[in-house]
Amino acid sequence: MKKSVFLGTLTVAGLAAGMAAAGTLEDVQERGTLNCGVSTGVNGFSAPDANGVWQGFDVAICRAVAAAVLDDPMAVNFVPTTGQTRFTALASGEIDMLARNTTWTLSRDVDLGFTFVGVNYYDGQGFITNRELGVSSATELDGATVCIQTGTTTELNLADFFRANNMTYEPVPIETNAEAQQQYLAGACDTYTTDASGLAATRASFSAPGDHVILPEIISKEPLGPLVRQGDDEWADIVRWTLNALVAAEELGITSTNLDQMTAGTDNPEINRMMGTEGSLGEMLGLEADWAVRAIAASGNYGEIFAANIGEQTPVGLARGLNAQWTQGGLMYAPPFR
Amino acid sequence: MEEHHGLNYVRTEMLGEQAPPVSEVGAVRWVRENLFSGWVNTILTVISLAVIAWAVMAIGPWLLNSVWEAESLAQCREILAAAGAVNEHGTFGACWGVINDRWHQLLFGFYPPELYWRPILAFVLMLVALAPVLFPNVPRKWLFFSVAYPFIGFFLLWGGTVWLPLMIAAGFVVGYIAARLTSGYSTLITSAAAIIAPLIWWFYLMGPVTEALHSMIPIGLEAVQSNDFGGFMLSIIIGVTGIVLSLPLGILLALGRQSNMPLIKTICVVFIEFVRGVPLITLLFTASLLLNYFLPPGTNFDLILRVIIMVTLFATAYMAEVIRGGLAALPNGQYEAADALGLDYWKAQRLIIMPQALKISIPGIVNTFIGLFKDTTLVVFIGLLDPIGLSSAIRASSDWQGIYWELFIFIGAIFWIFCFGMSRYSMYLERRLKTDHR
Repeated sequence: MKKSVFLGTLTVAGLAAGMAAAGTLEDVQERGTLNCGVSTGVNGFSAPDANGVWQGFDVAICRAVAAAVLDDPMAVNFVPTTGQTRFTALASGEIDMLARNTTWTLSRDVDLGFTFVGVNYYDGQGFITNRELGVSSATELDGATVCIQTGTTTELNLADFFRANNMTYEPVPIETNAEAQQQYLAGACDTYTTDASGLAATRASFSAPGDHVILPEIISKEPLGPLVRQGDDEWADIVRWTLNALVAAEELGITSTNLDQMTAGTDNPEINRMMGTEGSLGEMLGLEADWAVRAIAASGNYGEIFAANIGEQTPVGLARGLNAQWTQGGLMYAPPFR
Repeated sequence: MEEHHGLNYVRTEMLGEQAPPVSEVGAVRWVRENLFSGWVNTILTVISLAVIAWAVMAIGPWLLNSVWEAESLAQCREILAAAGAVNEHGTFGACWGVINDRWHQLLFGFYPPELYWRPILAFVLMLVALAPVLFPNVPRKWLFFSVAYPFIGFFLLWGGTVWLPLMIAAGFVVGYIAARLTSGYSTLITSAAAIIAPLIWWFYLMGPVTEALHSMIPIGLEAVQSNDFGGFMLSIIIGVTGIVLSLPLGILLALGRQSNMPLIKTICVVFIEFVRGVPLITLLFTASLLLNYFLPPGTNFDLILRVIIMVTLFATAYMAEVIRGGLAALPNGQYEAADALGLDYWKAQRLIIMPQALKISIPGIVNTFIGLFKDTTLVVFIGLLDPIGLSSAIRASSDWQGIYWELFIFIGAIFWIFCFGMSRYSMYLERRLKTDHR
């Protein structure tokens, strides 16, 4: 009898979970804050500043969604998650969305039961070496000692790359990025490999960044994007189209500075539809008409967010590369607002 | 006789005291006896001195080149380079600017700065509340404050309505009243009433009553969410709560394990062996991940509260075994003497057994406390920002990426102060109790 009570409780809990998951938008609106999962700290992507306010590229996505849904970019409750806790936190409903430079893979999308709503940063694995080594290409790294974080996909990519190029290497296993920096600088390994954005940020922190060179080869695809729970398509649409709005805004020339002018009405019907002065796109999403205006007002369009957090003017100093607009030879391509 | 007068074999006056040989006094003697008393000790001394000298030579210049006024690591390096503190690896010097810039985060996490007085007041009051428990010459009346402190501390740290902690406290009054009302019946009924009545109060009645009272008389402080807790404040909250709760619970478990009642004994043994057989990190992951699946979404079961419960359970099991060691060390005669005096079980425990068993267990108890306090840093793995977690969060900002030692030295120093304080207190306690019973 006890067992059946226990199982019954579980079922009720499960049903309640299903019911609650069906209405993330209502939950967020009722709560008044968006619970957004971010990393516990990745330079340029999410980190608290000296006043305890979260800043970064991933953080800006959370703020844009909060602005679109709640009309307040600061109404975000940032939940720091680790590599282990991020997926459970999302699956269990502790967070409404996850923006934690997470690679979009088939198994995560299908097997873990999440919906990736898009890609906000196209990353790939690269190598950094000391300029003194005289290496100009990763194919010249035969026999090198390589610092590598254990238990990551980068480890597998590395093995694949060296095997495909018929080269050998000696791995130096390390646990964290911080440890890797120390080991690399101390000369424990010839090269350090991780995502290229991480390498750029790491190099920026060296006392002599010019002595180190990031090799041109990118040996893996790491599309990083925000994700939500599967099964609540309405909510997934909101996050997806908020991200799309930021990307489209850059393409259409809408910035945080000319937003008033754009809202006043333009000759471009797509801009008008996005700004909510024409059509009823906001209504279709279950949001107010000016949802995209608020999202862009939060921290600017995609290009502005990129420039402010990880762009070439920042210490991280990343070029747009693959993350440029499709019109500029990049991969950022928002579907039409119609 | 005259010529013999000068040959005086007996002294008429005492010789003045001579100074002891140089090798038997003061620093020289201490050095000879303690550092160079044999060839093994001499070699060890020389080696130790060499190691110390090497460490000072290595760290000294780094510490001497300290920079306190810097906004970022880059600026710090500019200052160092301008001062000429450069070696083959780049600039060489400690950059304490990071502590200057972020000390408040390492201590308080993201607690709103204008409310820092609340955790500080809570900490000072905690010391006041602990005083009568720790030191004998503090007036006994202060114990009332110690009992009330958990509610005061909760109110100060989390804020919100004043009625919530008051109503939680009222639960104990409810339990007491229930026990008094049923005192005519058997002990079993009384104990059951004393446990069930407060549970009903806490789970079903307390919420509406609190809301009603708050709407009538809205007194309270600005509420602060658990998410904003971090740094040493978080470590101390988890550590102190775990320490304070684990001792009484551990005593109960230890007694339960020695009980003659099979059911109680089995429950206690299973609990202790289960918790001791599982790593703390597993329990923490259970608290942060697994519980979420079983609780209906939307139930706002605070993560810090879940962690505190798990840490307390973990420490309780260890504490129970430490105290069982103390109980086992008591000669059987003590138990028999208590029986012979006609004391009932609880009186015998309170007056005869526990004072002696606890005294024996002091080193083990304090050991567990210190271990528990340091284990609080494990919460970094479930994404709570304790000092270690914050150090990586601070490193993730562009300003301070690439800084290590300064943060870890600062964190280590504060942990050392707390743990060393606990260990000194336990030595004081042992000395005091020894003289009491002599």
